[in-house]
Amino acid sequence: MQTTAQVAQETSATEKEWQPKIVTFCCNWCSYAGADLAGVSRLQMPTNFLVIRTMCSARVDPEFVLRAFAKGADGVLVLGCHPADCHYIGGNYRTRRRIALLRMLLEQYGFDPDRLRLEWVSASEGPKFQKTIKDFTDKIKELGPNPLTEE
Amino acid sequence: MAKIKIAQYWGAGCGGCDVALLDIDEKILGVAEIADIVFWPIAVDTKLKDVEAMPDGYITATLYNGAIRNSENEYVAKLLRKKSVLMVSFGSCACFGGIPGLANVTNGKDILEYVYGKTFSSDQLGKPDKVYPQHITHTKDGELELPVLYDTVMTLDQVIDVDYYMPGCPPTTNLINDFLGAVEKHVKEGVPLPPKGTVIASNKTLCDECKRKKALKVVSELHQAMDVDMDPDKCMIEQGVICLGPATRAGCGAKCLNANQPCRGCMGPTAEVMDQGGSMLSALASVFKVDNTETRLNEEDIIKMMQQVKDPLGTFYAYSLPKSIIKRAVKEKKARKQEAKT
Repeated sequence: MQTTAQVAQETSATEKEWQPKIVTFCCNWCSYAGADLAGVSRLQMPTNFLVIRTMCSARVDPEFVLRAFAKGADGVLVLGCHPADCHYIGGNYRTRRRIALLRMLLEQYGFDPDRLRLEWVSASEGPKFQKTIKDFTDKIKELGPNPLTEE
Repeated sequence: MAKIKIAQYWGAGCGGCDVALLDIDEKILGVAEIADIVFWPIAVDTKLKDVEAMPDGYITATLYNGAIRNSENEYVAKLLRKKSVLMVSFGSCACFGGIPGLANVTNGKDILEYVYGKTFSSDQLGKPDKVYPQHITHTKDGELELPVLYDTVMTLDQVIDVDYYMPGCPPTTNLINDFLGAVEKHVKEGVPLPPKGTVIASNKTLCDECKRKKALKVVSELHQAMDVDMDPDKCMIEQGVICLGPATRAGCGAKCLNANQPCRGCMGPTAEVMDQGGSMLSALASVFKVDNTETRLNEEDIIKMMQQVKDPLGTFYAYSLPKSIIKRAVKEKKARKQEAKT
């Protein structure tokens, strides 16, 4: 028989152990190079994220994001080139419209819209990549597990 | 020659699909020539116990319309699957959940609490009578049974194995004729049926069928359909009206567009897409105007621009929520805690 105190201790232990799973989409031309720079510069950051390289942040179909959440991602980060810097001239403009609308949709589904974030990271911004990952991981830890796959 | 046997049943639907079958006009005589209707609650007086008594595989084809949202829907779907050789998912509700599928933004408990506790008819003079439907009721004459309402609306193929899909709200007479024609040819001449899993419609998007001129492919401002004097020859989206054509399967003949109304997506997603709403969201967000002021726009400006879409979930998933990737609304821990407090 377990006492209530033991159960409470165990749950707090599992809560401590829980690590978020974050999917990070990086565009080939800016953000992936930025992530690479952060890596070769040996910048320290949490390791809860998986990077998926796409040719452009606009290649990230809303379906990819929804699928990531359906498959258990606790947060999705989309990284692209700064406005006016897109390799394909206007891809990132499409991305920011889509992500804004997608955040509205996620909120209607009952998700906290902060589980999806869009940031601009250029090829020279290793430290910004590090900071983005750190901040986002903290945010997702605060929000807790994805409510869809929790049960 | 022995006649084939056809059944039609309604789950969570409106009955429009049943009427659609009658809408095929004189072709219905051809149907009567090759087929006997063995079960069709709206038109034929066969009871469920008669279906239960049929041998397995007795019915040649069942057209099942309506979504699955209570225990009765599920029971009859499984029963008809056992008794039928071919099972056709008939209409948008059976294929993608349809309009009843929008109930997935809430759950069974909340729906019952609202309908039987908070609506005008259940709230007599400020005193709700709190009479809720029960699955089993004991009376002096015996037990009475009502179906159980499910939390989540499901599509037919989430419950049973489906052979063909015929989308549409309701499926158009052309599609019904195509299918019945194929069955008739199969019966009379032995022509093979289409492969299992075939969607009886086109494989292209509705824009391919729509005759409106698409010139600019840009939208700067969105409007409600009733607020605009619509040009019948110009693309709906270019006129600022959300039309689900770019994300919807063709096959309906663009009937709504011909009547100067935007598409609402009843034919469901195209073959290559898993999520109709995501596909439409992507298409709509991409046609918003981009000009040389773009770099001066900040994120708030973009949010304001996108907030012109008043109800993304209700608009993009009007017919396909149970068949989407996420399928139903969820509750964050934070929201659940708040709810527990109140």
